[in-house]
This record gives sequence, structure tokens and C-alpha cells, in this order.
Amino acid sequence: MADVIKKATRDSYGETLAELGAENENIVVLDADLAAATKTINFKKKFPERFFDCGIAEGNMMGIAAGLAAAGKIPFASSFAMFAAGRAFEQIRNSIGYPHLNVKIGATHAGISVGEDGATHQCCEDIALMRSIPGMVIINPSDDTEARAAVRAAVEHEGPVYMRFGRLAVPVINDPETYHFELGKGITMREGNDITIIATGLMVERALNAADILKNEHGVNARVINIHTIKPIDRDIIVRAAKETGKIVTVEEHNIIGGLGEAVCGVVCEECPVPVIRIGVNDCFGCSGPAVELLEKFGLGVDNIVQTVLKNK
Amino acid sequence: MNEQLELKLKKTACKVRMGVIEGVYNAKSGHPGGSLSITDILTYLYFEKMNVFPNDPKNPDRDRFVLSKGHCAPALYAVLAERGFFDHDEIKKLRKVGALLQGHPDMKHIPGVDMSTGSLGQGISAACGMALAGKLSNKSYRVYAALGDGEIQEGQVWEASMFAAHNKLDNLCIVVDSNGLQIDGSVNDVCSPEPIDAKFEAFGFNTIVIDGHDFAQIEKAFDEAEKVKGKPTAIIAKTTKGKDVSFMENQASWHGTAPNAEQYEIAMNDLKNVMAKLEG
Repeated sequence: MADVIKKATRDSYGETLAELGAENENIVVLDADLAAATKTINFKKKFPERFFDCGIAEGNMMGIAAGLAAAGKIPFASSFAMFAAGRAFEQIRNSIGYPHLNVKIGATHAGISVGEDGATHQCCEDIALMRSIPGMVIINPSDDTEARAAVRAAVEHEGPVYMRFGRLAVPVINDPETYHFELGKGITMREGNDITIIATGLMVERALNAADILKNEHGVNARVINIHTIKPIDRDIIVRAAKETGKIVTVEEHNIIGGLGEAVCGVVCEECPVPVIRIGVNDCFGCSGPAVELLEKFGLGVDNIVQTVLKNK
Repeated sequence: MNEQLELKLKKTACKVRMGVIEGVYNAKSGHPGGSLSITDILTYLYFEKMNVFPNDPKNPDRDRFVLSKGHCAPALYAVLAERGFFDHDEIKKLRKVGALLQGHPDMKHIPGVDMSTGSLGQGISAACGMALAGKLSNKSYRVYAALGDGEIQEGQVWEASMFAAHNKLDNLCIVVDSNGLQIDGSVNDVCSPEPIDAKFEAFGFNTIVIDGHDFAQIEKAFDEAEKVKGKPTAIIAKTTKGKDVSFMENQASWHGTAPNAEQYEIAMNDLKNVMAKLEG
């Protein structure tokens, strides 16, 4: 077996921005003193005249982005998810969401896989916040291939987009040669009819590993669905899974409140009620530690997915 | 400024003030005090200074205006209606269900509104973004923003000010409508923003202090702002909250209250008297 290639989606973001800068002169990139961490530095190096560091002032950065968009530019505003979605929530809501301006928000360092920096920087609330804004598109890519496609799709989409990227290098699970990204469309990664695991972001790879174990060691054929676009969510693929497999387990690196799990519950409850079990950060704050250890500690390890499926199948 | 132009602007401003009262009275809610204090500035901008296109409101070369103190929408709407962006009848439907004119400016639907505002402190950031876009695209349009003196208590105003000066946004001119009052009372009693001019100067602005009801001073200030290169300009306009409506002048209580029928008659009479004097 070939070596697994690992890459953090924040790197995919920065590199794709630098590519897009050459293709579209309307793209302007903003950061709030985190260019080296969010990887917008890749764009800054190639297009310094279209890169603006707003300093440590995320609320203002979102307003600047709104003004740029109102004047025809395609601004990408970047910071850590905590400060982009959290601190600047109201600016995003009122200055970007309400006028439906064409602003792209690149939020990196999402979830507890931020690691050692600890709870203040581990944002597990951003999806909940962004989902509540009318017209906001939310993309949470699972790997490098998907993240690159997502950034390009965000440019094609007219309107606000929130993109969620990670700090941790994660395995590339999508073949760039054959991968096709369609905004708002989930992807069936693995067929199966015993139960469905619906995952997003870096949890998709873990869900696939869990599905392998379930099949090989327990004879359970779990369907695995990758929901990269959390809003608008792919209702059809969820309803089909509910009808065909009867049970759903959702897996996300986010608070179980307000994230993918609740979005799936909303669809299932309305259209085809079946049991849904949510795996995610269980309504608590994170803590310091290496990212991979934290994922285990907070119930986002492969084993917890396997056990949860076995308990509920 | 020649007398003829000054008289014309004063008459227009008086009509705009009537529009403010009409709108707020019919809506039975809204913010007359600050709308009346910013009226002369808005009148000058839309009738003399700004390059705008009522029949082509989204023209990419237009000058932009952001009402950062978005609650003073009644003044902006009355000016836009007077300037021909939409029918004056819309004023009477202000704040009603299904109406074009929302309680706070809505750029998505209202012709001539360049930015949706209402949450204080945010409009100035958007204005900076527009000014930056103008620079990036080598456009010669200018961007104006009006802020309240209470509004500048918002920290975002100073984040934006730092950004504007750092990026040498000399195509940006902000106006602080310094009427001295906010909802809870005098700005100096609530949480003093003074000295306002020294603060903006320290943040890297060219600053000008004027009487915000004197058209000659208003004209001179905006002309100077246009000539200053390498830095943005902040015009601190000393104004009277509730200007020209006798019982509203300098009363914080008229920040966000609508007149009743009797008060409406008094207010309109006050403004008719102002107009009668202007018409000699």
C-alpha cells in the first residue's frame, strides 16, 4: 500500500488562493495577523498588492470585506474559526449576511484538533453560528482534494460562503484525478445498507476507517456519506440513507449542538423519522494536548464510531 | 458659497426635514433627533458634492455614501426621495410590513442605499472597504460615511480608523454628527468620546471641525477633504439634535421617539415657518 499523503486543509486553502489570484484579478485577500497560520501568506507572497493585513481586528476585517464586495471585489477574509465566526459573528450577520454580499470567509484552526493552544482557540461552535445566518453557505472539506475544490467553488458561488479548515495534517482520501465537487451535494463514500455514518471534515476519513472495521470484524455494512456542504444540506442523500438503512450516526468535530448532527436530525425528523445518534464534541470545552490525542479524548476516535454503531445497529 | 446656492440648499434641507417628520410620524416609530441633525450634511452631499445617478443607482463610478449611524435612515430616505431615487410616497410607508423603506438602510432593495447599516460601528468598515476597492481598481470615486458621536464609542470605529489611515485612504471622508446626545443622555455623561477631533487626528486623519448646519462651512470642509492626499479626512460637524423642530432640539428623549398627532402638527408648523422665512 502506498504511503498515506497527509496535508492540513489550511495549506490547501492558502495554496489554492495563490492559484486563484492569477486567474481572477478581483480576488482580494484579508487577514488579521495570522497569515502564516491561515496560510494566506501564499497569496500575499504572489500578490502583495491585493493582500491586506487588517491587524488584530476581526470585526473590522469583515466590514472591510463587505465594502470590497459591495464595490465588486471578491474578498477572502481569514482568521481562526474562533475569531472569524465567533468574535466577528455580528459583523458577518449584519454587514455580510443581511445584504448577501459576495464575501468568502476562510476560517482555519477549527475544532479541537487545534491541539495544544487549548480551549480558547478550539472553536466547536462556528457551524452552529454560521448555520443560523440566512443565505450563508458552509463548507467543511474532508481533505486536501476537497478543500481545493471547495475554495474554487466558493469563488463560483455568488454570495457569502464560510469555509472551515483545519490545522492538523490529515490523510488525502479523495483522488484529485476523479474527484468532483458539487456545492450542496453529499458524496456516498462507501455503499452499505445496515446503517449510515454521515460525517464531515476530517471525520470523514475516520468514518471510513470505522466502516472498514465494522465490515471486516463485525460483518456490518455501513454506508458512509461525506457532507462537505453543511448548508445548504443535501436533503435527498440523507432521506435516502434514512429510508434504506433505517439508522444514522453523525460524526463531526464540532459541538453536537448546532452542527451537522442537528442539521441531519432536522431533515430526518421532517421527512423520514429514524433514529439518529450524534457523535461530536459533547457540549463541553476542549483542553490542551496533541490533536490526535484530543480527538480520541473527545470521542472522535475511530473506535468510538465503531462502538457507537455496534451499540445502535 | 453664493447666497443663491445656500438658499436653495436650505430649502431642500427643510423639505428633507419635513420628510423625516412625515416618515417617523406615519411609522409611529423611528429616530427623528439624529435624522434632523445630519440633514444639512446629507443634503449637501447628495445635491452638491456627490456624483450620483438616480436613474442608474448602481453605476460603478458613483461616489458612495454609508450611513454608519443607520438609525438616521429617515433623513437618508428623505434625501434620496428628494433627489429622485424613488417616489416620495414611499416615505409614508416607512417601517410598514412589505414597505420598500426598512427601519434601517437596506442596500439590497432600496435604490441609492450603498450599504446596509444599523448595527453601530460597522458602516465605517464597509466604507473603508469601498475606498480600498476604488484604489485597487484605479477608480476616482470618493466614499463618504456619517457616524454618530455616540456611535464612536464602538471599538470597531477605531479599528476601521486605524485601517483607513494605515492604507492612506484619502478617497474616504467621514463625518461625525456631533450632536452631543445619545439615547441615555449626553455623550459626555454616558461615556465621553471627547476630544473627538484629537482622537481622529491621533489615528492619522486630517480633521476639520465645523458647524454642521452652516452650508458654507460644510462646502469648505468637503472641498478640503478632497484635496488632502495620503490620509483620510474626518469632519467633526457640531450639530443640534432635533434641529428646527422646537420641542425636539437638544432633547435626548427625541432620539428614538415618534411624534403623536399633535406634536406632528407642531413639528410641521415649525418647519413650514422655517420654509416661509427662507422664501421671504
